[in-house]
Amino acid sequence: MSTPVSAPLFEYLCRMGDNTLVLGHRISEWCGHAPVLEEDIALANTALDLIGQTTLWLDVAGEVEGAGRTADKLAFHRDVWDFRNLLLLEQPNGDFGQTMMRQFLFDAWHLSQLTALKGSSNEQIAAIAEKSSKEVTYHLERATDTVIGLGDGTEESHSRMQAALDLLWPYVGEMFLSDDVDAAMVDTGIAPDPATLRPAYDKLVGDVLTAATLTKPQDDFAHKGGKSGKRHSEHLGHMLTQMQWLQRAYPDATW
Amino acid sequence: MYAQMIKSTGEGVKSLDEMDPQERAFQERINAGGKIEPKDWMPDGYRKNLIRQIGQHAHSEIVGQLPEGNWITRAPTLERKAILLAKVQDEAGHGLYLYCAAETLGVTRDQLTRDLLSGKMKYSSIFNYPTLTWADMGAVGWLVDGAAIMNQVPLQRTSYGPYARAMVRICKEESFHQRQGYDIMMKMAQGTDAQRKMAQDALNRFWGPALMMFGPSDENSVHSAQSMAWKIKMNSNDELRQKFVDECVPQAEYLGLTVPDPDLKWNEERGHYDFTQPDWDEFFDVLKGNGPCNTERLAARNKAWDDGAWVRDGLMAHAAKKRAAKLAAE
Amino acid sequence: MTHPTKEWPLFEVFIRGQHGLSHRHVGSLHAANAEMAIKSARDVYTRRNEGVSIWVVLASDIAASSPEEKGSLYEPANDKVYRHPTFFDIPDEVGAM
Repeated sequence: MSTPVSAPLFEYLCRMGDNTLVLGHRISEWCGHAPVLEEDIALANTALDLIGQTTLWLDVAGEVEGAGRTADKLAFHRDVWDFRNLLLLEQPNGDFGQTMMRQFLFDAWHLSQLTALKGSSNEQIAAIAEKSSKEVTYHLERATDTVIGLGDGTEESHSRMQAALDLLWPYVGEMFLSDDVDAAMVDTGIAPDPATLRPAYDKLVGDVLTAATLTKPQDDFAHKGGKSGKRHSEHLGHMLTQMQWLQRAYPDATW
Repeated sequence: MYAQMIKSTGEGVKSLDEMDPQERAFQERINAGGKIEPKDWMPDGYRKNLIRQIGQHAHSEIVGQLPEGNWITRAPTLERKAILLAKVQDEAGHGLYLYCAAETLGVTRDQLTRDLLSGKMKYSSIFNYPTLTWADMGAVGWLVDGAAIMNQVPLQRTSYGPYARAMVRICKEESFHQRQGYDIMMKMAQGTDAQRKMAQDALNRFWGPALMMFGPSDENSVHSAQSMAWKIKMNSNDELRQKFVDECVPQAEYLGLTVPDPDLKWNEERGHYDFTQPDWDEFFDVLKGNGPCNTERLAARNKAWDDGAWVRDGLMAHAAKKRAAKLAAE
Repeated sequence: MTHPTKEWPLFEVFIRGQHGLSHRHVGSLHAANAEMAIKSARDVYTRRNEGVSIWVVLASDIAASSPEEKGSLYEPANDKVYRHPTFFDIPDEVGAM
């Protein structure tokens, strides 16, 4: 299947699947360590949704590629330079506030992306978006409540949330950068131009940050290199070392 | 079991004749299979014992998240990762249900948590053992959850209503845990040489600690007799341990694995397997805090609690602000 | 660091399942307020498709009958057997009723 669109489509599907894979992995690191039992359970639900979405995206990616790779093969047997997730998502969890701020900043983008994808010309993508957008609607609601609650909580929780926002804001811009892959997706009616999602995102994030009494950083500098795979942070390699270890150490085993 | 070595506060089991009318009515209700509910009168000893037992059970679920949580980030496939995460999440849920049941007896979850973190209250010895290979996820599900289920199924009929209801919910959810563990063991046992080696090694390491989960023999224990009269303990430790061995041996055989007990053999006359007792000195060492992972487990729980304080405070403060704003607007 | 945190209050959770039965008490949980309690109830108590509607109420707001009143509250109903359909003998020839 080497129609002209298959290479960018494979790239695009890896971007979606790697985002959920990497974030799902990060959230799963919280299991057993959250501030309160109710949050522990809620975070695990989010991680489970994301792992489920990963399987859907990467299985389709494997099909499109046509080289016989499954979601597991893609998840466990690619190296850092093959990953296409946003830099934001591979950042370490930090404290609970940093984790929830990262979640909120991503969920707000993720939901608008999925909402647009429900109208994709690619039926498989539209179907995944349909299912995932329900899950992500809930993720966004929960993350929004937490960002507002902690931003407008105690003095300590406020300053921790502001610090998390300041730390993560430089990773927001990458979500809205358009490149050749995006252009190919727009041309074929598969996915929206990410740049067009920015105004609505800014409005939503602005409203939530105001309610949270947090100040949006002035500088819109954006780190990049995650979704293109050109330059990930050092953190991703460590994550993959852990995540892929069994598959790499025992390549002939089935689990 | 998940509540090992619960010291009863009573001095022995009173006969109905020795009881005042209130206690007698209470005991007769239990004898008749009735339930005791939170607002009902109950002897102090019953209340105290239950708080300790349910609390210890809850703590075991929470600390029990850690040894399996240790492998979530290293699970070998996306599906295994999701299954393991869902399982460990269930354990958090089970801890939550049990804390709520204990709370109906007049203690708070925070108080119970503090007693766990200070080392005043215990949790099951089994969770002080390390999980070293992926096969340990199989062995824990198969043996540890298997042993837990032995105890929890009869506790669905325990005399205290909220505890019994929590156990019903827990047993319903837990039914997949042992099966997923055995499923991992099957894959490993039928896998490569390295996988088979991991599976045997996991069985070797977890067999003794699993037998210890039921606690030392309590055939002659006054404490156990009182708990059984109150129906907060339904079977003797030896009875459950025997049942566990009888079920596990054929399961191990099916896997082609060897139970690490050279004296294990079927006793035709008893209709049970004869087996070697686990190392009880080791058990008491673990209870005293000298297990391989006691320090890490408590440190992890303390860290989660301390690191989470600002979150709990922050959300509480925000809720108070919202309430105040709403009142002011009315 | 021991923190004198005030514990989140306890909420009782009621869930209505898919099949039209009324809300049923399923358990409790802690939350800072009711909105959060509903979300947590969704995460804690509907993980296996148990429900389509959630009620939460502060545990301290529940008024309950006391066990001492059991006799006066419930026993008077015991002898009103005519409230049950089986009290009445209807001949078989009449058919289902």
